[in-house]
Amino acid sequence: MTTATETIEKFTEKEYEYGFVTDIEQEVLPPGLDENTVRFISAKKNEPEWLLEWRLQALRTWFEMKEPTWPNVTYEPVDYQAIHYWAAPKSDDDRPKSLDEIDPEIRRTYEKLGIPLHEQEILAGVAVDAVFDSVSVATTFREKLAELGIIFCSFSEAVHNHPDLVRQYLGTVVPRRDNFFAALNSAVFSDGSFVYIPKGVRCPMELSTYFRINALNTGQFERTLIIADEGSYVSYLEGCTAPMRDENQLHAAVVELVAHENATIKYSTVQNWYPGDKEGKGGIYNFVTKRGICEGRRSKISWTQVETGSAITWKYPSCILKGDDSVGEFYSVAVSNMRQQADTGTKMIHVGERTKSTIVSKGISAGEGQNTYRGQVKILKSAKDARNFSQCDSMLIGDQCGAHTFPYIDVQNPSAQMEHEASTSKIGEDQIFYCNQRGIDTEDAVSMIVNGFCKEVFQELPMEFAVEAQKLLEVSLEGSVG
Amino acid sequence: MLKIEDLRASVDGQEILSGLNLEVKAGEVHAIMGPNGSGKSTLAQVLAGREDYEIDGGSVQFEDEDLLELSPEERAQLGIFLAFQYPVEIPGVSNTYFLKAALNSVRKARGEQELDAMDFLKLVREKVKVVELDESLMKRPVNDGFSGGEKKRNEIFHMAVLEPRLAILDETDSGLDIDALRTVANGVNSLRSPDRAFVVITHYQRLLEYIVPDVVHVIVDGQIVRTGDKELALELESKGYGWLEQAGAA
Repeated sequence: MTTATETIEKFTEKEYEYGFVTDIEQEVLPPGLDENTVRFISAKKNEPEWLLEWRLQALRTWFEMKEPTWPNVTYEPVDYQAIHYWAAPKSDDDRPKSLDEIDPEIRRTYEKLGIPLHEQEILAGVAVDAVFDSVSVATTFREKLAELGIIFCSFSEAVHNHPDLVRQYLGTVVPRRDNFFAALNSAVFSDGSFVYIPKGVRCPMELSTYFRINALNTGQFERTLIIADEGSYVSYLEGCTAPMRDENQLHAAVVELVAHENATIKYSTVQNWYPGDKEGKGGIYNFVTKRGICEGRRSKISWTQVETGSAITWKYPSCILKGDDSVGEFYSVAVSNMRQQADTGTKMIHVGERTKSTIVSKGISAGEGQNTYRGQVKILKSAKDARNFSQCDSMLIGDQCGAHTFPYIDVQNPSAQMEHEASTSKIGEDQIFYCNQRGIDTEDAVSMIVNGFCKEVFQELPMEFAVEAQKLLEVSLEGSVG
Repeated sequence: MLKIEDLRASVDGQEILSGLNLEVKAGEVHAIMGPNGSGKSTLAQVLAGREDYEIDGGSVQFEDEDLLELSPEERAQLGIFLAFQYPVEIPGVSNTYFLKAALNSVRKARGEQELDAMDFLKLVREKVKVVELDESLMKRPVNDGFSGGEKKRNEIFHMAVLEPRLAILDETDSGLDIDALRTVANGVNSLRSPDRAFVVITHYQRLLEYIVPDVVHVIVDGQIVRTGDKELALELESKGYGWLEQAGAA
């Protein structure tokens, strides 16, 4: 019999490294960031003049800004002049030749998550022969969507094919000077997704990573823009449950959502980037700005996220509830294991009358992980009869982790109704022993208890994503309790 | 079936079981009685494999296995069941889901086929009658928001589904009103069989009116100081434990 402490120690000693050492000659720009870098990127992407100007303006803003220090995370300072801001897509020669070259640990994770062999290859960056199924599948779906007038393409394509839409909406939800990382992204963003749903159209399928698997190498500065015109509906799935191969440590993405009258956008994320080794070294820094605006009346934006990866997560998907009777939702599960640190939450800005927001946050800390919920609910004077419900629950596994909650509430209209619930619980030895005594082993017991804890959030995920997310949680917390 | 020899156990350096001997044969019901702090619950927890207790000596043999070498789940898979004195709540996990996972892990360990949802539901419908448990409790999270009586009945229900070889009931009667007590006892009695044994830990003789034991033991200061038939329980009821405690000390 092993004691809880022994197992935790055993776990923390378990290395989870990306085994493929990359010694790759890319078409790279020397490290560093100045106007020439931005000009180079823009030229490489063959961008119109206005976009170059837009980027340069962002860069000038960024130079004046300071990296935020208020998040409850600590990390080695990032040397922004030591980062490469442009790398050409890799040639097949530089990639692993087959899955045999991939770290067995990662392959084991893929298998546990039940990822088909073929997708494993893509995720691991294996050079696969010319045309593969998913690309042709994606093309077929894109044609089908086009018949409905739906635009779903890479950001770069949108810049060329739908410049008016991009120009009309880019930076309207997350302005360039919004924050340090948003400014940086605006200056050097690599690529991302663009979605436009026309009036009255209900997007007939989940727009998911699977369909844009061919656009995986979007790089470290991803930019996404989703516009739902009047009366439309779209459900967008971002990310992947499998640990993704990525050599870039710093990720600063920006996501902007615009929902017009009676439109609904449902945005679901599963993020599982490399969390770093047991010392917390080498993991991804995920500094993301995600925001949606409920522009029209009775519009709705719903964020659901399951965050299990990254060394540092700094992320607050938010809603500006401008239209009267608009609705914002945020459902989150954030896991910090080993030395992971997550500072995540949401902002709900109530502007319109009778606007309603719901926040359900579930933070899980294990190993030496630190998990912070930071949320702001702001009811402006104009937001008559606004309502908010917030629920923040934290779960601790083991005795070396931490959970923190910072709810900020700012109510400027007395007609608002606010409800806030918070709880912190520890996975008890009692609960585990009870499961053990019924014949359930400790790993299964932990995942069962954790899944029970996260149930309200998983319910919000599209079905197949929910199943994957549960499995992911199991794998992420493997061995965290004895 | 179960043979405990000279078992010594302590928690935080304090000895609680001080050389306990007990033998339980298949088909028997043993009652273990004793004053507060005598080691009754510790015995139950040690048999189930709780890690908080240090085993300082002695042996526990279950069938052909050295029980002390096994993890709690391995013991459960062998057919040892503990009805908890304080059943634990698991929010968000439905009673049905939990029990299905438990039953299937036990079946898997025994090399039996796992039950699918349909077969499991059929089994549950059958067993739920045994303890007169409201079927709605099946859908609710494990013990979450259950009343004290519902929790205890849920334990017996788990037992009925898992069909253990050796069931240990740790003060299952405490906090039950007379009707609930009768239901629990009926549940236990309906599970009595020649190849199953029970160890019933209780404070009071009352439960033993409904679950009639073959053997009654009295435990004092971590040892069994007296063993008798069901008449011993009645004697304790009228005399209290005092005379045995003195005997134990002597």
